[in-house]
Amino acid sequence: MQIPTIAPAKTELDYHHSFEAAASHHEGHPDHRLFGIFVFLFAEGMIFFGLFAAYLIYKATAPVWPPEGVERELLLPAINTAILVSSSFVINQGNAAIKKNNVKGLRFWLAATAIMGAIFLAGQAYEYSHLNYGLTTNLYASSFFVMTGFHGLHVCFGVLLIAAVLWRSLKPGHYSSTSHFGVEAAEIYWHFVDIIWIILFVLLYLL
Amino acid sequence: MNIPSSILTMLAGIVLTLISLWYGQNHSLLPEAASKEASDVDSLFNVMVTISTGLFLLVQAVLIISAIRFRRRKDDNTDGAPIHGNVPLEILWTAIPAVIILGISVYSFEIYNQMGGLDPMAAHEHGNMQIAHQMKGAAIAAPLPTSFEETAPTPPPQKQIALGIGASPEKQGKPADLLVNVTGLQYAWIFNYPESGVTSGELHLPLGKEVQLNITAPDVLHSLWLPEFRLKQDAIPGRNAELRFTANKIGEYPIVCAELCGSYHGAMRTRLIVETPEEFENWLASQKEMASKESLEEAIAINPAKMSAGEFLAPYVEKMGIDAAALAQLHSQHHHTTASN
Amino acid sequence: MTTQIQLQEGIKISSAIAETAQRKWQDYFSFNTDHKVIGIQYLVTSFIFYLIGGLLGTAVRTELATPDPDFVSPEVYNSLFTVHATIMIFLWIIPAGAGLANYLVPLMIGAKDMAFPRLNALAFWLIPISGILLLSSFFVGAPQAGWTSYPPLSLISGKAGEEIWILSILLLGTSSILGAVNFFVTIIKMRTPGMGFNQMPLFCWAMLATSALILTATPVLAAALIMLSFDLLTGTNFFNPAGGGDPIVYQHMFWFYSHPAVYIMILPFFGVLSEVIPVHARKPIFGYKALAYSSLAIAFLGLIVWAHHMFTSGTPGWLRMFFMIATMIIAVPTGIKIFSWLATMWGGKIQLTSAMQFAMGFISIFVLGGITGIMLASVPFDIHVHDTYFVVAHLHYVLFGGAVFGIYAALYHWFPKMTGRMLNEPWGSVHFILSYVGFNLTFLPMHILGIQGMPRRVAMYDPKFADLNMLCTIGSYLLAVSTLPFIVNVIWSWMYGSKAGDNPWKGLTLEWMTTSPPPIENFKTTPVLATGPYDYGSNKSDNQSDTTPHSKP
Ligand code: HEA
Ligand code: HEA
Ligand code: CUA
Ligand SMILES: [Cu+2]
Repeated sequence: MQIPTIAPAKTELDYHHSFEAAASHHEGHPDHRLFGIFVFLFAEGMIFFGLFAAYLIYKATAPVWPPEGVERELLLPAINTAILVSSSFVINQGNAAIKKNNVKGLRFWLAATAIMGAIFLAGQAYEYSHLNYGLTTNLYASSFFVMTGFHGLHVCFGVLLIAAVLWRSLKPGHYSSTSHFGVEAAEIYWHFVDIIWIILFVLLYLL
Repeated sequence: MNIPSSILTMLAGIVLTLISLWYGQNHSLLPEAASKEASDVDSLFNVMVTISTGLFLLVQAVLIISAIRFRRRKDDNTDGAPIHGNVPLEILWTAIPAVIILGISVYSFEIYNQMGGLDPMAAHEHGNMQIAHQMKGAAIAAPLPTSFEETAPTPPPQKQIALGIGASPEKQGKPADLLVNVTGLQYAWIFNYPESGVTSGELHLPLGKEVQLNITAPDVLHSLWLPEFRLKQDAIPGRNAELRFTANKIGEYPIVCAELCGSYHGAMRTRLIVETPEEFENWLASQKEMASKESLEEAIAINPAKMSAGEFLAPYVEKMGIDAAALAQLHSQHHHTTASN
Repeated sequence: MTTQIQLQEGIKISSAIAETAQRKWQDYFSFNTDHKVIGIQYLVTSFIFYLIGGLLGTAVRTELATPDPDFVSPEVYNSLFTVHATIMIFLWIIPAGAGLANYLVPLMIGAKDMAFPRLNALAFWLIPISGILLLSSFFVGAPQAGWTSYPPLSLISGKAGEEIWILSILLLGTSSILGAVNFFVTIIKMRTPGMGFNQMPLFCWAMLATSALILTATPVLAAALIMLSFDLLTGTNFFNPAGGGDPIVYQHMFWFYSHPAVYIMILPFFGVLSEVIPVHARKPIFGYKALAYSSLAIAFLGLIVWAHHMFTSGTPGWLRMFFMIATMIIAVPTGIKIFSWLATMWGGKIQLTSAMQFAMGFISIFVLGGITGIMLASVPFDIHVHDTYFVVAHLHYVLFGGAVFGIYAALYHWFPKMTGRMLNEPWGSVHFILSYVGFNLTFLPMHILGIQGMPRRVAMYDPKFADLNMLCTIGSYLLAVSTLPFIVNVIWSWMYGSKAGDNPWKGLTLEWMTTSPPPIENFKTTPVLATGPYDYGSNKSDNQSDTTPHSKP
């Protein structure tokens, strides 16, 4: 092989743009936190994806699903679902409020979201204590508890996050129409928890 | 596109090809092949070795030539030629590997199909599905499946997919000449011949007869490996898998457990003996005759030690933990077997 | 080149700042948020774990010197290779890659730091914690189920050790995910103005692909381990056939992570090679775009081939065929990389520095590992060699010959940047030659062992394999010895090595445009690209200037 035969004219890349000093050097560093949260929630979602996939395999290989003896109650979970889903709209109102610099409105809507989240958790706890199966009864039961439990942890964390934002909003001027990252973070997280629940609900109660 | 094509390059190419072709046929890496399917796999391997040798030598040669020919000389502070790429060349070295792997894929597919890997009925026909339902916690206490000789297909507990190597295309739909139920348990293989009710710690097979092994395990994963037949299939608790093949060489071959199954996984070995059909019948008869508690106990407990030329296992047989309860159960079954015969 | 010279001068002015910016040794033991401190913390920590993992590997080889289980008991043997592999993968290769990326990515893209410095520090500190946790399992009976930890065996082979293993992997996975969030955001959002994706150094491309893989795959392992934990501790039966569970589901979930994990472990070092080779061959990288996009292609393909680890397990025939073909396709993008590197060297002015030696050694060894990978992908052959020493040989060829050689190449190349001092080159060559010979002596015979019939993960084996095993064991001792010149070299050079200057290799990527070691916020002014990262030999890079003595007549 000989080198000169590799035609330099065929150069694939044009690297030679000399960039003029695009002196748009912003001091202080731009906020990448929102993007970071999306990236992180994607990873978080993949944990649930793993659990869902396992659940679907169990379902697909079982002759009867859910296994005999498992009664799936629908009313309470449906109410719970309605509460959680509507809370997503409620927290969005909070975000809209702060965009108009309405801190009072923000507090109101956030408090409402937190309460709805708490009701959801209470409903979940009630359901747990009234089921005719336990963690180790069968594959459905184990999946049910692990999946709803793991999701419940996320709801708990979401409520705490909202409470933290509420707490901070008490400090005058902490959030404003231009600076309210905490509110947005809490909202995105809450929507995430909500979306996961909808998938969970369909998988566990309807399929 | 100007591909370098001096005489030298061509000569080098020819030499490379010749070396690869030679090595592909003469690597003597593989153990003996004792079935037709094994020889098929070997020809596939030989082709892969040929291609690999060529690619491997090509890359090493370019590295060495670069290191020597393009080494920076003393006092030469210039840079190399500013070449950023060459599209035809890049297309070439994308296309060639693509063609090669396409070839290997198609060839592998063909061999796999010939072996019976795509037999859709695999593992369904003669299922002796057992669920390791009694097993809870300790593997040592795992009892043997309730029945070794049960061949009537019991409905699987789950919708199962076919596992293992089934009948080769021309034999599909026909039952195998001989059926053997194989159970892997910590740390021994147990072979049960349902048609004659014999249970043994060694696998005897008649020459030239197609055999179907139904493989399962009561405790943990094991893997039945027959190196001279190029066959392997995991023994999975709660699942049934099969291997179908025809031995075509008389001899004594190792049977190895290939899946980590506990401390003495390495000792879970026994023998496969391929003999003439007459010898095989004799062996079956003799087994039926002298089948007794003692001999079976020996077959299982001593077997790994016997296998290991050196007697390294002797001190461990005690600890090896074929549990007494499991053995007892095996024996009672065995009695039952002989009685019913 | 003018802009670049300006930049250099800018730095000379700022050398006063650089002086005061010298790190104190205490910084390296604190929750420091400077990416350069964190990078070095990662590298040193993971190297210490490498020595521990290597010690365990040496113990494994010592046991295998003879066919009998005479050095340790079979239970302990199983713990040895389980912890060996866990440390090597989760506490050495993956954190070492993250450490290099931590040090280099912000410098290469001209950023002051990573996007989330505190998260970055947190991700690092999870590593020593979980490492110590894992090692502590030796006091209660270390895990014995292999690094794959397949149930049902993992459910019955020692609860405490297994649970510690699960917890430490969960922590390490978390660390890995947090790191990946950081890299992903940093690379996408924080490139210096004027650096488009196609002006980005290839190491950053590699880290982008790696991070995407980590974000997609690692969480699924977490899900599997959570379920395994429930089975272990609460008696659920997800993976336990005794209660109707399915151990194959675990295998799918495990390999859905652990196959991509092998690319998580190799892609960063593919990136390293793309940086090291053009600098030391004094020639532009050949086929930049192909190299950049092949990293993405490998990452994507890596996500859809996991079941090639389960060809003899609970997979039906058609599934085996699908995964066979998908797996083989990976040879194409990987081949593009190999050939592009070779073409970069061809016609260059190669300086056989230690970094270059390791880079060439990488290619030389990795090719064989990749080719045996393709053989393993072929189902009929894999059925024969699955779970044998052939696989052990393959995995060390790609992991040691690939990842570890890649780390060494990177360390020889960037040590001057990190410490301001040169490593000793002759001793570097000694290190390379010992490693190369020791490596092949240890792992080449394993191919034969596997094909001939020796299964993996055994403490006792058929005496007919004794001779080759003895050879492997001798090789492994040589390999262990080969690390000593490196350790001594690093410690000695860090303290007394000759001064490196800012750009000892005359590299063109941005990290060479600042002082060695770089000041706290990396660059005095926001760096501006004057050339592409690999424009060696072109008239654009004016070689007459005193910043680049490799002048062209
Ligand atoms: C860095 C880690 C790494 C890398 C990069 C790879 C790369 C590859 N691996 Fe490997 N692999 C492991 C780490 C890795 N592997 C580990 C740790 C295990 C064992 C796990 C365990 O069980 O404990 C394993 C096991 C493993 C198996 C399962 C074996 C078994 O248990 O039965 C298979 C099967 O398909 C496989 C295939 C491949 C393939 C096809 C590649 C490809 O990516 C290779 C591609 C590269 C090349 C092909 C070379 C360069 C290309 C050319 C020169 C072009 C021309 C080439 C051709 C046309 C062939 N690997
Ligand atoms: C990056 C990954 C990596 C690396 C670098 C290594 C490195 C080594 N490995 Fe490892 N290995 C794996 C990953 C790796 N391994 C994996 C994934 C498995 C599969 C496990 C499983 O089946 O579950 C495996 C399995 C495995 C086996 C098979 C075990 C079995 O199946 O029974 C063997 C056997 O020879 C082995 C040997 C070695 C040796 C000799 C080294 C050598 O390269 C080590 C060299 C030694 C050193 C670098 C140490 C040097 C220093 C000193 C000795 C003293 C100084 C000490 C101090 C100052 C504290 N390894
Ligand atoms: Cu049975 Cu290994
Ligand atoms: Cu893989």
